Amino acid sequence: MTPSTMGFREPLKNLLQRLPAPAFWLGVWQLSAFLVDQRLEGRGNELLLPYPATVLASLTSLAGEAVFWESVAASLLRVLAGLAAGYCLGAALAALTCWSAWCDRLLSPAIRVVRAAPVASFILLVLLWTGRDTVPAVIAALMVLPVVWDSLSQGIRAADPKLLELGRAYRFSRGKLLTLLYLPSLRPYLLSALTTGTGLAWKSGVAAEVLCLPLPALGTQIYQTKYYLEIPDLFAWTAVTVALSLILERLLRCGARRWARGWPA
Amino acid sequence: MNLCTDLTVSYGGKAVLERFSLSVPGRGITLLRGPSGCGKTTLLRTLAGLEPPRGGHLALDPRETALLFQEDRLLPWRTARQQLADVLPRPRWEEIPALLEQVELTGAEDLFPSQLSGGMGRRLALARCLALPARLYLLDEPFAGVDSSRAARILERLAQLPAPVLLVSHESETAARAARIVELDGPPLSIL
Repeated sequence: MTPSTMGFREPLKNLLQRLPAPAFWLGVWQLSAFLVDQRLEGRGNELLLPYPATVLASLTSLAGEAVFWESVAASLLRVLAGLAAGYCLGAALAALTCWSAWCDRLLSPAIRVVRAAPVASFILLVLLWTGRDTVPAVIAALMVLPVVWDSLSQGIRAADPKLLELGRAYRFSRGKLLTLLYLPSLRPYLLSALTTGTGLAWKSGVAAEVLCLPLPALGTQIYQTKYYLEIPDLFAWTAVTVALSLILERLLRCGARRWARGWPA
Repeated sequence: MNLCTDLTVSYGGKAVLERFSLSVPGRGITLLRGPSGCGKTTLLRTLAGLEPPRGGHLALDPRETALLFQEDRLLPWRTARQQLADVLPRPRWEEIPALLEQVELTGAEDLFPSQLSGGMGRRLALARCLALPARLYLLDEPFAGVDSSRAARILERLAQLPAPVLLVSHESETAARAARIVELDGPPLSIL
């Protein structure tokens, strides 16, 4: 077997291993839509559960319109802005609450309240305080912040005390302590926060768009499908949101892995 | 060289060092020998500024010492070369090959700690300690896991360092090359 054949076979094997699960769920969807269709005797099963092919046709049709790409780009930017703000703020607060017990006593209850409060309450409050265009980013940041804070706080506290003592004995600067000791130790926590945070940012950001109706936005499109009972379009927009969330998560994880090459798994 | 006078260190109310004083020759190796748990490691850690003394006087600023810990404490995500570059100022990076040669690790520059044997890891930790500019080197069991012939050669090089070396070791070969041997007992630590 030549190396080039081996190089081709490996991705093919990976693909074949990953294919059965999505194929199974697609089959479940097709069968369910068929059963609904039978039950309604062809009288509008598209209002309850459209066939996958109908959703695909709807998605193809939507992708041909400029508003589709404008909505995708605008929502992506809002979610990315919220994710970045939530990540930076969460990381800064984690450092602050681990560094000072006084800051921990002051800030931790507030962060826990943000984590426990219903997202809808925040959406309405932020809508009153700011413009509708900024609400999704602010909400995404607010939802990501406690997750990042919690995960990174755990990571900072779990840093190896023997290595930290080494840093002290070998007179490492603060910058070296951060880059050589804390960041590599935090790697699994950073990646976990990234995965959970990305999903949360999309969910909360799109939910905020549904309630605030900024233009253009995926959430606004989802709201309109509900208003006009265009259920295949609802499925299509939801699929786009899920796909964007998964792609963004994968890209960010790849970027983080590349940045942290050589660090522990 | 006077290192400490009337040093007192205790853990949880129990004195490990009680009015302990020590001087070493200005160069060469001073070997500390004594039973396990008598306080040798605590003495080295106190001289390095990692244990706060309850009383007494440290003659040397702990920032002028370099301590080799009892464990390797290598950063798992850094190569051998990087471990040395982390403690050396940038203008001295050209010394890295010489430092690795001093502990017989030439050729291991790009290996991570997980790729080193126990003895190689110990020698890398020693090289990192020697990379620090210091007026006193404090070495806690530097040859644990290192074969005796290699340990003897490295010991010869340690004896040539411009700063004195205070060394804790249980290996009998070390005694032959020490400029001074201090027999200890304790706790509290005392010179026999």
